[in-house]
Amino acid sequence: MTDLTSLTIAEARSGLASKSFTSLELTDAHLAAIEAARSLNAFVLETPDQARAMARTVDAKIAKGEGGPLAGIPLGIKDLFATKDVRTTACSKILGNFVPPYESTVTSQLWRDGAVMLGKLNNDEFAMGSSNETSCFGPVVNPWRREGSNTALVPGGSSGGSASAVAALLCMGATATDTGGSIRQPAAFTATVGVKPTYGRCSRWGIVAFASSLDQAGPIARTVRDSAILMRSMAGHDPKDTTSVDIGVPDYEAAVGKSVKGMKIGIPKEYRLDGMPAEIEKLWSEGAAWLKAAGAELVEVSLPHTKYALPAYYIVAPAEASSNLARYDGVRYGLRVPGRSIGELYENTRAEGFGDEVRRRVMIGTYVLSAGYYDAYYLRAQKVRTLIKRDFEDCFAKGISAILTPATPSAAFGVGEKGGADPVEMYLNDIFTVTVNMAGLPGIAVPAGKDAQGLPLGLQLIGRPFDEETLFSLGEVVEQAAGRFTPPRWW
Amino acid sequence: MSVDAATVRRIAHLARIAVTEAEVPHLQGELNAMLAFVEQLSEVNIDGVEPMTSVTPMEMKKRQDVVNDGEIPDDIVRNAPETQNHFFLVPKVVE
Repeated sequence: MTDLTSLTIAEARSGLASKSFTSLELTDAHLAAIEAARSLNAFVLETPDQARAMARTVDAKIAKGEGGPLAGIPLGIKDLFATKDVRTTACSKILGNFVPPYESTVTSQLWRDGAVMLGKLNNDEFAMGSSNETSCFGPVVNPWRREGSNTALVPGGSSGGSASAVAALLCMGATATDTGGSIRQPAAFTATVGVKPTYGRCSRWGIVAFASSLDQAGPIARTVRDSAILMRSMAGHDPKDTTSVDIGVPDYEAAVGKSVKGMKIGIPKEYRLDGMPAEIEKLWSEGAAWLKAAGAELVEVSLPHTKYALPAYYIVAPAEASSNLARYDGVRYGLRVPGRSIGELYENTRAEGFGDEVRRRVMIGTYVLSAGYYDAYYLRAQKVRTLIKRDFEDCFAKGISAILTPATPSAAFGVGEKGGADPVEMYLNDIFTVTVNMAGLPGIAVPAGKDAQGLPLGLQLIGRPFDEETLFSLGEVVEQAAGRFTPPRWW
Repeated sequence: MSVDAATVRRIAHLARIAVTEAEVPHLQGELNAMLAFVEQLSEVNIDGVEPMTSVTPMEMKKRQDVVNDGEIPDDIVRNAPETQNHFFLVPKVVE
């Protein structure tokens, strides 16, 4: 039998339907791969017993012809998603051994459709980070290495475990979340496909909250088609999330392979940064050329407030985080560090439970919301956000179907290489992705090439609100032209 | 704008995070690096611009004012560090 872990979801779906193998076999192959790849630190909790039980149940259903759209497909779940009776920590010490008595809406829809859970995936603590180095379980290692080097590289973040596990063939796809680039940046660093849906497309219920007006769940997979298959199960209206939008979920897979002829693709001049590596510049032009060859028309567009998106984000996101993370008080769940008074109990618990990056962001968020500073920082940032969104609206009003940009300003970097002295150095990773969250738009990162050191690079496509389908059509063009990239196995 | 050591202590207290004296200078440097970074927003003309309140234009949904969940005290206290008879325990608040 060929290695089952190298199949795509679409291929596995056919194999399961034609009874070439069972979900239990497919699941076992992945469980073995996970065990052999513990040095990557992608999983923070393996759930083999549950995985096999789910696989057996779904095998019985497949035999009766009752399998759902994801029947028998083994997935990894970012540890930000609450999973019933399975420890969920957001990779923070402060959640300790939290075991949710409920299931997140997104994951419950995956199980409804027959998917199998292999375990929980590492991420930056509370999804705050761009390298997966802030996790209380330690950094995740990228399966990609520079040619001729053994240096451990980061997989990006915050969905670093998801990206690393999918790239290393440990799971067929993974759930992820994206607040400023946390799906698309790790996807670009690992040659996987990452989709950040329109705000409101997927329910946020049961996902540990970071910045509620920016957070969206989405898939990381190995192909555009696979990401479309996962999206259809993850998306949908949920009365339990008041920001989830009540519109039908299209058959995203049907958009894969659709012609992009005549589509107008915007190339935003503000994304051409000073000092941008020539390789990124080249990748971007290549991507444009591929879309043009497929019949799309390229148009230079202007998004004048682009440079203000990241600074505005670093007011809005920490402000919302400081409010969301107020719930971690050592009383109702998670870690508790005693104190003589309740105030001391709170302060001691939060000092011990939050890592450095989370503490920094909670403090800056507290500051920008505090009396006397609210107008100067928070209110101003929310006004700038309106301008950022307006830039995109103006662009789409001119008939632009989607916007093409690089996904990241560089390829993956080494563990411990960035952000040590100045936190802002790390934040700059999200410079191309964060605008999309600020404007609530959908975005997809698709592998498009490699740099001179053999590391993957990705392109990003930004779509109109709720028009993920166009992104899948365009993403497929990029994938067909660029090919797929798999890291040589060394672990 | 930048923060001084006293402000760092005040923010830490507002955020209910214990900070030792030794940590203050380091935190001050980090917070000031972040504040210096966001300073560029002051050059944007925001005259007459409405602050964003909802990124997706939609009406605020309201659910029926009915009880649709509950009666699960065991689940609610299951993860709590200290409980007694379905109550959360905390240090004495009222003398």
